[in-house]
Amino acid sequence: MKQFRCLRCGLLALCLLPLASCGSSSGPGGGPTLKVFNWGDYIDPEVTALFTQETGIKVIYTMFDANEDMYTSIRASGGVSHDVVIPSDYMIRKMINEDMLRTIDLDNVPNYALIDDRFKNLDFDPQNEYSVPYMWGTVGIAYNTTMVDEPIDSWTALWDTRYQKNIFMMDSVRDSLGITLKMLGYSMNTKNGAELEEAYNKLVEQKPLVLAYIGDEVKDKMIAGEAALAVVYAGDAITISEQNPDIAYVIPREGSNLWVDSMCILKTSENPEAAEAFINFMCSTPIALRNWEYINYSSPQKEVIAQMPEELQNSSARNPSAEELARCEVFEDLSQTTQYYEDLWTRLIGA
Amino acid sequence: MSRRLRLTAAPYALYALVFIAAPLLLILYYSLTTGQGATLSLDNFRRFFDFNDTVYLRVLWRSLWIAGVSTAICFVLGYPMAYILSRMKARTRNIVSFLFILPMWMNFLLRTYAWMTLLERTGVINTALKSVGLPSLEIMYTTGAVILGNVYNFLPFMILPIYTSLTKIDRNLIEASEDLGAGRAVTFFRVIFPLSFPGIMSGLTMTFMPAVTTFIISKLLGGGQNALIGDLIEKQFKVAGDWGFGSAMSVILMVLILLSMNALSRYEKENAGGGLM
Amino acid sequence: MKVLKNVYSGLIFLFLYAPIAVLIAFSFNAAKSRGTWGGFSFRWYESLAHNAEILHALRNTLIIALLSAAIATIIGTAAALGMHHMRRGLANFMLNVTYLPVLNPDIVTGISLLILYVFLGINLGFSSLLLAHITFNIPYVILSVSPRLKGMNRHIFEAALDLGAGPARAFFKVIVPEILPGIVNGFLLAVTLSIDDFVISFFTAGPGVSTLSITIYSMARKGIKPEINALSSIMFVVVLLLLLTVNIRTDRDVRRRAQNHMRSRSPRALSSRER
Repeated sequence: MKQFRCLRCGLLALCLLPLASCGSSSGPGGGPTLKVFNWGDYIDPEVTALFTQETGIKVIYTMFDANEDMYTSIRASGGVSHDVVIPSDYMIRKMINEDMLRTIDLDNVPNYALIDDRFKNLDFDPQNEYSVPYMWGTVGIAYNTTMVDEPIDSWTALWDTRYQKNIFMMDSVRDSLGITLKMLGYSMNTKNGAELEEAYNKLVEQKPLVLAYIGDEVKDKMIAGEAALAVVYAGDAITISEQNPDIAYVIPREGSNLWVDSMCILKTSENPEAAEAFINFMCSTPIALRNWEYINYSSPQKEVIAQMPEELQNSSARNPSAEELARCEVFEDLSQTTQYYEDLWTRLIGA
Repeated sequence: MSRRLRLTAAPYALYALVFIAAPLLLILYYSLTTGQGATLSLDNFRRFFDFNDTVYLRVLWRSLWIAGVSTAICFVLGYPMAYILSRMKARTRNIVSFLFILPMWMNFLLRTYAWMTLLERTGVINTALKSVGLPSLEIMYTTGAVILGNVYNFLPFMILPIYTSLTKIDRNLIEASEDLGAGRAVTFFRVIFPLSFPGIMSGLTMTFMPAVTTFIISKLLGGGQNALIGDLIEKQFKVAGDWGFGSAMSVILMVLILLSMNALSRYEKENAGGGLM
Repeated sequence: MKVLKNVYSGLIFLFLYAPIAVLIAFSFNAAKSRGTWGGFSFRWYESLAHNAEILHALRNTLIIALLSAAIATIIGTAAALGMHHMRRGLANFMLNVTYLPVLNPDIVTGISLLILYVFLGINLGFSSLLLAHITFNIPYVILSVSPRLKGMNRHIFEAALDLGAGPARAFFKVIVPEILPGIVNGFLLAVTLSIDDFVISFFTAGPGVSTLSITIYSMARKGIKPEINALSSIMFVVVLLLLLTVNIRTDRDVRRRAQNHMRSRSPRALSSRER
């Protein structure tokens, strides 16, 4: 048996050796480099090459799956591994509080002027010292119009027994508890034990109706028509509906989460000038347009919003109305209460 | 002179000290710490074995149960296959046993992912069933799917050790049994089956162990609703950041596995070369 | 009975190969989404050649596998040699320590190394991943070299020294040839284990360093890129062909050797076969 296993490995190694030489050109050569840490699938793949072309700065680009994932990874790697990171609002607050971010000199980021004022002076960074908005969006319900009886406009649809085993929830404690809190009329940022307990009980009640708690794979699943309802980010809803026209998106009337992902520079960055140049580059209108078209999320750039085609101007997913946005809340850092949220989640999926 | 040769183990001794012994001691140390302060306490273990709040014990129990069922199914499916294999002509046997190893060449995450494509509502199996007018199967995102994933991934680890120990059985013993008037069934249950015991033990361990600790199969096929102990450990380290509690769960898992391995070690000894290793 | 056996084997093989067939089929799917069939196409094979993410991961996987296997083979072979000449108690103790990473669940090995790195302030990255792979590879090298040493004459090394060879020369000229099959075995085993590994890499790889397994894992959550299906299909077919040729050749060797054997022993048996 041992021989078989060894044989197969030896053979693989041999036949793949020639392949190993291809693409080995990207080793650490001369010239400055910039390390960017971003969400998966969250940039037009050609943009980093364009940046290198323009500035001569090489970009080492890595991805993470979740804010917490990114945070743990930076903590575990001592932070020296990155220059630019792109976390979301509440995580930015947490990182500011823990002194992990460096102030950005906006004089070096002239394109910051292109950012819409709605996305300046937000609670997580009131003085715009640490972050430059990259993308924003809402959380809502994507639903397959051929599988539901009437238009969806409330989170309560996710508790409707008619959709038993036809619902995808997000595999994330903040989002799932958050929308439940909203449905109950509470704040998504509550630290009130009784409110959280109530929301948790609601989720327990919902569990038999849920098909799965999943992450990004929800896009593929909804395109294929695996379920009627799914809690998704607005941008993902657009991606889904582009490939499956039966999908509609709604920001439920009880309100939802408004999130902003912003570019930040780590305190440990070895090349802050290059980091600022990169952020400025990302804010230039042609690049912002490219990324916006690739990612499908909403852009905080005045120019990009202005250039949006008419039919998208009125889309809840692309460009929610002021009235819709007024019902939305931005996540705050929960500090000590985070652990309690995590416990509730473990209880839910472990039960 | 051999005294000098003994020194060649020194680099490894140092390496093992830093990379094998130290990490295990550190995990033990972390398991005794909580976020608050540097004092050592058994709080993490108390939290796990809290009889008023049994969520963690239930997760552990579910992991053991699912692994147990998966192992049992692997055994029931695998033994006959190993037996059929061992009765084949030497030449066919070699080719067929290659065919069992071949799937392992494809990354196991990918193969598990492919099951998703097969089992989904709009997947290959259900589309086929629908086209011939049969009702669809609702397997995806159930415990059944997790068990299926386990059986699929670990079945070869059951078949191959059993097959190895079956081929090692002295043909003369079987012939002797038949000459002495035993029927085929009696020969099988009184001679062949007991002699394949080392292979069975090896197969059981090699399927049960990875099945208890998996966190990927449950994540991909189980839909994140029935967490296993591996899921919880991964979560503590990757998301929740409570390394103390994550370490405590790892220590519990480790003790559990090492104890059961120890209990099986006497079979292992008889089973020289029976395993995949 | 024969039919029943064949049907049973067929079903088991169907079970084992169904997902692989699906993967290969979808690598030729013109549509990007898994859910739809958009016709036959080679486009993913073409775009694989330009997919920097996947090629980068493939390169890392191979470099780590070969490098960690080579280092583990050197340290492990030396260790096996040393342990062979130790007092029994000490050797047994070291052997038990060696068994730990083999018996421990991968997830425990992974996080224990993660904790070690954080504790020592080693940044997660290429080297942390390499060290982790060396760690889980060494025991397998030791376990495949040790049996060879046991079968070796204990005194040939001393004999070589007595005959005037230096220790290094004696080692390379006398011991190495004796245990070479074990060393090669251990090296190959280490390469496979390294390529196969996901769990330990998952916990010990730093940002920016990705192996094929890690890339596939993060893709599995976002939707597998069809290029991965293409790469896996290529790897699968190459391995299949290599295994088949090797198998056929060894098979032929065995038969030839058997014939030679017979010829030397009984010419009559051979001639009767030829007739």
